[in-house]
Amino acid sequence: MYAFNYHRPATARQAASLLAKKEDAKLLAGGHTLLPTMKQRLASPGALVDLSSCADLKGIARKGRNLVIGAMTTHAEVASSPEVQQAIPALAYLASHIGDPHVRHRGTIGGSVANNDPAADYPAALLALGATVVTNKRKLPADEFFSGLYETALDEGEIIIKVSFPVASKAGYAKFRNPASRYALVGVFVAKRGSEVAVAIIGAGEGGVFRWPEAEAALKARFAVKSLDGLKHTAKGINGDIHADAEYRAHLIGVMAKQAVAQATGK
Amino acid sequence: MSATGIGASVRRKEDHRFITGQGRYTDDINRPGQAHAYFLRSPHAHATLKTIDTKAAAAMPGVLGIFTGDDLAADKVGGLICGWMIHNKDGSPMRAGPHPALAQGKVRYVGDHVAVVVAETLAQARDAAEAIIVDYGVLPAVVDTATAAKSKTQVHAEAPDNTVFNWHLGDKGATDVAFKAAKHVTKLDIVNNRLVPNPMEPRAAVGDYDQGEGAFTLYTTSQNPHVARLVLSAFIGIAPENKLRVIAPDVGGGFGSKIFIYAEETVCVWAAKKVGRPVKWTSDRTEAFLSDAHGRDHVTHAELAMDGDGKMLAMRVHTTANLGAYLSTFSSSVPTYLYAPLLSGQYDIPAIYCEVDAVYTNTAPVDAYRGAGRPEATFVVERLVEVAARELGKDPAKFRTQNFVRKFPHQTPVIMMYDTGNYSASLKKALEIIDYKGFGKRRRDSARNGKLRGIGFSAYIEACGIAPSAAVGSLGAGVGLWESAEVRVNPVGTIEVLTGSHSHGQGHETTFAQLVSDRLGVPLENVSIVHGDTDKVQMGMGTYGSRSGAVGMSAIFKAIDKVIAKGKKVAAYVLEADEADIDFKDGNFTVKGTDRKLDFGSCALQAYVAHKFNGQDLEPGLKEGAFYDPTNFTFPAGVHICELEIDPDTGVTRIERWAAVDDFGNVINPMIVEGQVHGGIAQGVGQALLEGARYNADGQLVTASFMDYCMPRADDLPSFEVGMTVTPCPSNPLGIKGCGEAGAIAAPPAVINAITDALGHEDIAMPATPQAVWRAAQKTLSRMAAE
Amino acid sequence: MANLSMTVNGKAVTATVDPRTLLVQFLRENLRLTGTHVGCDTSQCGACVVHLDGKAVKACTTLALSCEGASVTTIEGLANGGALHPMQEAFREHHGLQCGFCTPGMIMAAVDIVNRRGNHLDEKTIREDLDGNICRCTGYHNIVKAIAAGAEAMAGGSTKDREPPRQAAE
Repeated sequence: MYAFNYHRPATARQAASLLAKKEDAKLLAGGHTLLPTMKQRLASPGALVDLSSCADLKGIARKGRNLVIGAMTTHAEVASSPEVQQAIPALAYLASHIGDPHVRHRGTIGGSVANNDPAADYPAALLALGATVVTNKRKLPADEFFSGLYETALDEGEIIIKVSFPVASKAGYAKFRNPASRYALVGVFVAKRGSEVAVAIIGAGEGGVFRWPEAEAALKARFAVKSLDGLKHTAKGINGDIHADAEYRAHLIGVMAKQAVAQATGK
Repeated sequence: MSATGIGASVRRKEDHRFITGQGRYTDDINRPGQAHAYFLRSPHAHATLKTIDTKAAAAMPGVLGIFTGDDLAADKVGGLICGWMIHNKDGSPMRAGPHPALAQGKVRYVGDHVAVVVAETLAQARDAAEAIIVDYGVLPAVVDTATAAKSKTQVHAEAPDNTVFNWHLGDKGATDVAFKAAKHVTKLDIVNNRLVPNPMEPRAAVGDYDQGEGAFTLYTTSQNPHVARLVLSAFIGIAPENKLRVIAPDVGGGFGSKIFIYAEETVCVWAAKKVGRPVKWTSDRTEAFLSDAHGRDHVTHAELAMDGDGKMLAMRVHTTANLGAYLSTFSSSVPTYLYAPLLSGQYDIPAIYCEVDAVYTNTAPVDAYRGAGRPEATFVVERLVEVAARELGKDPAKFRTQNFVRKFPHQTPVIMMYDTGNYSASLKKALEIIDYKGFGKRRRDSARNGKLRGIGFSAYIEACGIAPSAAVGSLGAGVGLWESAEVRVNPVGTIEVLTGSHSHGQGHETTFAQLVSDRLGVPLENVSIVHGDTDKVQMGMGTYGSRSGAVGMSAIFKAIDKVIAKGKKVAAYVLEADEADIDFKDGNFTVKGTDRKLDFGSCALQAYVAHKFNGQDLEPGLKEGAFYDPTNFTFPAGVHICELEIDPDTGVTRIERWAAVDDFGNVINPMIVEGQVHGGIAQGVGQALLEGARYNADGQLVTASFMDYCMPRADDLPSFEVGMTVTPCPSNPLGIKGCGEAGAIAAPPAVINAITDALGHEDIAMPATPQAVWRAAQKTLSRMAAE
Repeated sequence: MANLSMTVNGKAVTATVDPRTLLVQFLRENLRLTGTHVGCDTSQCGACVVHLDGKAVKACTTLALSCEGASVTTIEGLANGGALHPMQEAFREHHGLQCGFCTPGMIMAAVDIVNRRGNHLDEKTIREDLDGNICRCTGYHNIVKAIAAGAEAMAGGSTKDREPPRQAAE
């Protein structure tokens, strides 16, 4: 790592003012992407603002029809939360399958969402569930928030405070893991809210998380695994690498979508 | 059998320090005043070094010295060596380019060593390395094994056509005649994928120089510290042996990759004198991927000839072996004498002919990795045999049995004289464990769930107990492969055993002590095993090739014989009897036909008190040494059966069951031996399903971290069902054959044979990743739909 | 440089560190607690696993300064005086280690599994929860056995002669 200054504010407001003041400062959440990148000397922030002491960024609460999760809530906390398990069990399931147990003890929803790694799990849940990202400045719907590979609508100095998930009537998540890194090769989150159905896919898109309208239409007609029979995702726009080419990934989207629907429908 | 003697699953003596965090690995060692080394590595696979400008870097904070290949040359530090001479078919010696520890004039692979920076801290060394300005003249890279010899680009001027050697073994004429007479010939094209050994402890070195004594100490992650000292001293010229101490403390796994003498430890120990400070280097994982010697990387065409009854007549093999950019320490022996002599497998094959072309490429050096040549040979044999059985419509178990060697000793057409074995017994036991009879039902059950189930066999043999010095000398080895031991009995009867073997996970501190405890009748806790320090152990050849039991323990056995013989002389004095009348049993020296006895501890005490010795005919003390040079290789063999299930929808392969039945001869500690089998299988399964080092066309390693190189994890593997059969090895006193590499040798063909059985066709390569299996399974599904 | 204070293995420690010091470096280099190892650069191998406020974390991917005021337990702090922790004992009893390098992280991860999932662990659960720990020696076979036995022993049973229940065929 290159040298940097370190700050650990106690509130999000203090963090924001540090971020505004400090030359080339970066926020440190769980650190499980940022620190390895810095170790490889691929990132060299002048300062780190560590959010781990900001109590106002933590916590899980059911607020009416929404489940609200603080940005610094860890994956392990989401996975084991009775509120989450009761309101959106697929979200708890997703969190319980991010990385490995040690990573889940450090990694946070805010860090994951802000990083928008194309192989990270949470963006699929946010997009499919129609979540809202609440920052210290504004509220951003998920479909406006994620804007490309590792890119979001966040401005300089903007901090994610929490993510608000409308509770879905049915939701499911399935992923096929990269055998080496254990990140998602393909992950599919399906959600049914009222008559609306959303299918969001991560790991496979050349531009990051995206939706699959054909599957959504089929599931809107009937929310069942069978509805996806014969439906194939095109390999166009799907990324390929040494682990999986576009054709295989496109195929896995169909397989994972069925598994996700099976989970959502309890079948 | 006593609770701690030979044959007992004694819990390991070394474990206490490891489970409490008190192990002492090289990176745990810190010398007063220690500085840190960082190696500037080539980002290019192939380039000339036009200029290296270190001026700005040298002025940076904390920098103590920056050195390049020119500095090593000026100090007359020699290049790294390859210790095994291979001759071409025409009898001429192999063609090898120089291998400087720091590059001179050219870099030849990504990760090659351009310069070293020594600084107060690692961060400062790395900062300074980034400030070194290197002008590279980038050249095209040679990467592909199969086509390297045809490339216009030359890796070394000394090796035209990038060819290190064209070597062969066996009788070409007899083989060709047998093929002409054959009723059936099975042909296969095989790629044995390149692997990265990845012991969990990365390599490390701490070099130290004592100005007063003019002596060096090197702490390093080595499987064979004496060989390291020999090479660093006699060939590289760091210092004479009496002024160079090499210590390999706790070593966190090796699997072959820590046999070799690398650039980094050479430079660290040399630089310690240059900067007048101890110099430490610890590899990070990316450096390990780039610069540890890789394994395997063969491209092979193989053919097996049979008569009308399915009796094997002959085998013909052509292999191209990629040795990487430089010849690592034992690289040349791996695709030659550790490979072709194993092509007879467990079978009676009258004629075999094997040609091997070894090529240079702009990739990391390739050398021994667990099994070293023998997994490659076993993969060729066991894939050929399985496919032949399928083509002939024969049951794979029966086809193997039909062709097994049954009479021993058996001379193969490729050097080896198999001494003993009972191959049918291992096969029979493995079939029972896996419930072969029930497989058909299990396959139908899987099919009902939309899954493809397959079963695969691997009847492997390996040549271990490496090796008779005269034999390996005649084949080109630069050293003898004996082992040494010294048994030091202290006055109160406790014992230190100094061994030239080195334990880096094998549990020598326990098994070796079991042997001593068993033979001398002393409690296990009274025996300490000392290894890994050239100042304590005089000489040794180290641990690799499953040799420590068969060779290392045989040396201890021999030294114990001498201790007992000396003890008898002492007892004769003390008991006032004739030496010929002294027996030694269960820890007591007794006088035949009487109740007079002297226990071993008292004998030791009397040996040192020496009051009763008169004259010159008996020296005080009880300490004996021995060198043991084996008279033959040992031939562990066994049968592994893999049963697996493929999900054709995702391509995911789950290993459902694994039966392993091995004949390792006599076993000292079954618990430890089974552990070795488990670990070997995991590495073999890794090769078959998960692991593969890949370079792109520019010579960049695209699998340079655990993010992209898939290591086997707990949920990739099943629990294993391990059984044993025993035919004691006749060539060493303990009847031991060796067990360290068996799993890694046996497993890959068992997995691939099971996958191809499930698929119903042979079109799959290692690693059989989900994507590859999915694609292959689509072929299967369309065929099934058509039927 | 920045000031740092935390509790390590029950003892208060203070130091002045460069902000870029990782927790694992602080343990190994400042405190000379070399039982915690580094086996990779990408947060995958788990050789560096320690408990941070009772939860298993990768010390190679945690800044020391982020642990200000926290309580850290390393492999050196697991035994209670001279008495080994039941999980340590189980690893020895079931030959759950060979070279020993991954072992401290494995044992800390194993104790964490028990903390999260209780004392009765089946083979599937153990294997899945070892996702963040790589061993190159054992093939995991005996590690799985050791963890199942160690988990039972943590509830007060003996670590001997306990096999994990084999997973029922699916």
